[in-house]
Amino acid sequence: MPEDLINSFMTGPDENGRFGTYGGRFVSETLMPLILALEEQYENAKTDESFWAEMHDLWTHYVGRPSPLYHAERLTEHLGGARIYLKRDELNHTGAHKINNVLGQIILARRMGKTRIIAETGAGQHGVATATVCAKFGLKCVVYMGAHDVKRQAPNVFRMRLLGAEVVPVTSGRGTLKDAMNDALRDWVTNVRDTFYCIGTVAGPHPYPAMVRDFQSIIGKETREQMMAAEGRLPDTVIAAIGGGSNAMGLFYPFLDDPSVNIIGVEAGGKGVNEKMEHCASLTGGRPGVLHGNRTYLLQDDDGQILEGFSISAGLDYPGIGPEHAWLHDIGRAQYVSITDVEALEAFQLSCEMEGIIPALEPSHALAHVMKIAPGLPSDHLLVMNMCGRGDKDIFTVARALGFDMSDAG
Amino acid sequence: MTRIDDTFAALAQENRKAFVAYVMAGDPDFDTSLEIVRGLPGAGVDVIELGVPFTDPMADGPTIQLAGQRALSGGMTLKSTLELARRFREDNQTTPIVLMGYYNPIYSHGVDRFLADATAAGIDGLIVVDLPPEEDDELCVPAQAAGLNFIRLATPTTDDARLPQVLRNTSGFVYYVSITGITGSAEAEAADVGPEVARIRDAAGLPVVVGFGINAPARARAVAEVSDGVVVGSAIVARIAAGDPVSDVLGFVQSLADGAHGA
Repeated sequence: MPEDLINSFMTGPDENGRFGTYGGRFVSETLMPLILALEEQYENAKTDESFWAEMHDLWTHYVGRPSPLYHAERLTEHLGGARIYLKRDELNHTGAHKINNVLGQIILARRMGKTRIIAETGAGQHGVATATVCAKFGLKCVVYMGAHDVKRQAPNVFRMRLLGAEVVPVTSGRGTLKDAMNDALRDWVTNVRDTFYCIGTVAGPHPYPAMVRDFQSIIGKETREQMMAAEGRLPDTVIAAIGGGSNAMGLFYPFLDDPSVNIIGVEAGGKGVNEKMEHCASLTGGRPGVLHGNRTYLLQDDDGQILEGFSISAGLDYPGIGPEHAWLHDIGRAQYVSITDVEALEAFQLSCEMEGIIPALEPSHALAHVMKIAPGLPSDHLLVMNMCGRGDKDIFTVARALGFDMSDAG
Repeated sequence: MTRIDDTFAALAQENRKAFVAYVMAGDPDFDTSLEIVRGLPGAGVDVIELGVPFTDPMADGPTIQLAGQRALSGGMTLKSTLELARRFREDNQTTPIVLMGYYNPIYSHGVDRFLADATAAGIDGLIVVDLPPEEDDELCVPAQAAGLNFIRLATPTTDDARLPQVLRNTSGFVYYVSITGITGSAEAEAADVGPEVARIRDAAGLPVVVGFGINAPARARAVAEVSDGVVVGSAIVARIAAGDPVSDVLGFVQSLADGAHGA
């Protein structure tokens, strides 16, 4: 559809779960009835005041929302251009934006009478958030995590176990996030009657991409109000990092119909987006395909076999991207760029040194792009970057990358 | 009338149940796989299900996942899967071949080009696990227009309200998935399966073949007794994985076929 025929970018998905040609419900028949039931449940919840009252109560008292919109003065001064604000979602309970969405899904699961929650996790942030909310509500929780990630994210594995979750190391395929998602789907198809699959990003079969976006949109809604209060107008640019793309979709969505707001998503460029494919930039280095219930851009070979992504950030290490991003990319409403591991590490250090904020490696990618563009923008240009997670989980990875020996920290 | 329709018509006439065997194309390698597929009709197989290897087989258990990985690491692709079928057709014009797999390799190949290539290779039907009726416009409708059967999976979660939608664009036969789960996991119970098969057959007016969880001749026979046929996959693939000689694999297939045909 030509852009001038669209009078809103916020009406998707259609009744078939499509954003343009992307999205859909590409799942096995066993799961279809459950996905339709979830869709119905979610449609009811959307307009149910008691549902949102419960969400807001938990967001306020359990998560600690609203998260601050913080003017990063020294960073602004250092880069010498745009006025930089950080949306502080790393201050949420459990240290990332993931819990915004988990709360919504677990409340729905309870309404559907499901007693067992499963989730996939890469870096462990979604797994920790899910284990946390399950502990709070006394639900059984099983988290699938690639065996490789279990090893490199040991602190989060221990956190999940402390919270009472069972962590299943996934060795099928190549033991990565996409394989963890495969095994979660296999579990779901086996235990379909009592189990709810809590997906951590804006991907999967309809209604997940729309539902997760709606739960994460609290980020953009707050940003809008906070920026109006701080500056009396909307931001000029909003920027977020993208793996599956849930924190980005949450920030972007409330601004889609404001043409003055420039929207930028930052993918993980790993060792560089080139024919060696050692990256996770699905939009800049992939092409459309079907995986995990939806059509979207995927890293794949000529035969349609899915390739492994590569990134220093376990949270961005996924060969696909949410279907709404694929659509926004194609119609040009949002711009998508990529940042390499090296650039992200540099941004990580700058945030520590300039603002006293140890960022996760995921938002470090977004910050690296801010570092590229901010100097060229005027001083009245309002730029918001989503600081979607804190870096505690990443200090070991960063130490290794910087050649710092943790065993000899004295 | 497709080869699948002819086969089931002939079986019905003889009052026999169908035996369907699944193997992964290119497992453990192209030549051995072709030799096995060529031997299946002689071992009593009525319909061949040929797996198309895929990196992310979400409905399959470890046995078939590993078979796919073996095939892929040997360089197998959708294209060479069709080539294997074409070679089989050189000296067999009667045994139907159903491709079973996932949508992305087909989508990547291009649906129109795939349908032309599959028809030319002598493929008779398709089972695509991640294409439910909600996505019929993608492949199901064009495949039927191209003269291929699109075989639908019905499952224990497919209730009466949903069944008509699942059956609407299906042809050839209906594949009843006997368990909620993945291939090669739980065991199918004839007592549970019988009433479901009857319910689906009444609604479909097509033969109903049962798969998932059938791993031995006695179980093949028990399930065949309450259905129109059975599919065995993982149990055969496990013999191939163990490195059994082709003659032993085919001997095992024959024992399963005898079980199903004994019903």
